[in-house]
Amino acid sequence: MNPIIDEITQEQLKPERDQFKVGDGVRVHQRIREGNKERVQVFAGVVIARKGHGIHETFTVRRSQMGVGVEKVFPVNSPVIEKVEVDRESITMRARMYYLRSRIGKAANAVKEKRVYMATRGGAK
Amino acid sequence: MNQLIGKKIGMTQVYTDDNVLVPVTVIEAGPCPIVQIKTPETDGYHAVQIGYGAKKEKNTSKSMQGHFKKAGVEQQRILREIRLEDAAEAELGQALTVEIFQDLEKVDVIANTKGRGFSGVVKRWNFHGGPASHGSMFHRRGGSYGMCQWPGEIQKGKKMPGHYGTEQRTVQNLKVVKVLADKNLILVKGSVPGANGTTVIVRQAIKQRKSA
Repeated sequence: MNPIIDEITQEQLKPERDQFKVGDGVRVHQRIREGNKERVQVFAGVVIARKGHGIHETFTVRRSQMGVGVEKVFPVNSPVIEKVEVDRESITMRARMYYLRSRIGKAANAVKEKRVYMATRGGAK
Repeated sequence: MNQLIGKKIGMTQVYTDDNVLVPVTVIEAGPCPIVQIKTPETDGYHAVQIGYGAKKEKNTSKSMQGHFKKAGVEQQRILREIRLEDAAEAELGQALTVEIFQDLEKVDVIANTKGRGFSGVVKRWNFHGGPASHGSMFHRRGGSYGMCQWPGEIQKGKKMPGHYGTEQRTVQNLKVVKVLADKNLILVKGSVPGANGTTVIVRQAIKQRKSA
C-alpha cells in the first residue's frame, strides 16, 4: 500500500480489536443514536468470518433469534462499536464458517470445532 | 488564487467526526510557487503561472532554467496558468499551499482519465452488443452504421470503435473531507479521474451553491 495512505488510515485503526477470531462467541456493544439519546445495543453470536484488511476489514456475527438466523456485518475499526467481548473461544479448522448457515436448532449455535478446553483441559482429564 | 497542481495518491476510507465511513481520494496538492505574474501592461491580461513538482536542473532546458531563475524558484516539472481578476497582490516566488482549501466545503478536480487504447463500441459507448450464443454471429459489434444508396455515406459523428481514454475530465463539487496542511494533502470524498500518481488540478468549486 502507498505509505501516505497507510499513514492516514493507521491512526484510525483499533489494534485491540485483533483479540477475537473466527469461531469465537462474541458480544458486540454497539452505540446506537436515537434522536439526541444514545444507547448501547448488544449483539451476541458467533464470528463466522473476518474479511478485508486495514481500515476496510469487517467481521460477520451470526446468531439465531427465535429460530431465525440473523447475521450482522460490522466494520472492525468502527468507532460506533464500543467493545467486543469474547465469551467463548474455539479453534476452528476453517477461515469462514459459512456451514453454520445450513444448521438448524441446537446445532446452529454449537461450533462443533475443536474447543480450547478440549485441546488443553480435555487432554489432561 | 484558488487553484493548485497536485498528484493523485490513491483511495481509502476515513471515519468522519460523526462516525460515518466515507470513501476518499487522497491528493497531494502543492506547494506551488508563483513562477510568473502576467499583467495587462506586459501580457494584456491578469494571470499567474504556478509550478509543481521537483525536477533536476540537468533535465531542464537552458531557457526554462532562466525562467525559473528570474522568479527565484527551484526547477518545476509542471507549469500552469491561473487567470485572475487582479494579479497585483501576487508575489514572485510566493508558494501556494493546500491551506487555501482549509475553509472550503467543495472543490473541483481536473485530470486526464485512464487510457484504454483502441476500444470497441461496447466499452467506449456502452452499446449492448448482441447475444453471446444460439448462433447469433453478432457479438460485440455496433451494427446499423448507415442507410442505403441515400445518403450513401456514414453520418459524421457516428459512434464507432476507436481510441478511448486519456481525455481531460472535470469532477465538480467534491466534498473536502480533510486538509492535512503539514503533509500537503487534501482528502476529497469520492473518486477522481486517472490512475494513481497522475497529475491533477484542484480548484475551488465554481458552481458552489451560495449559502443562504
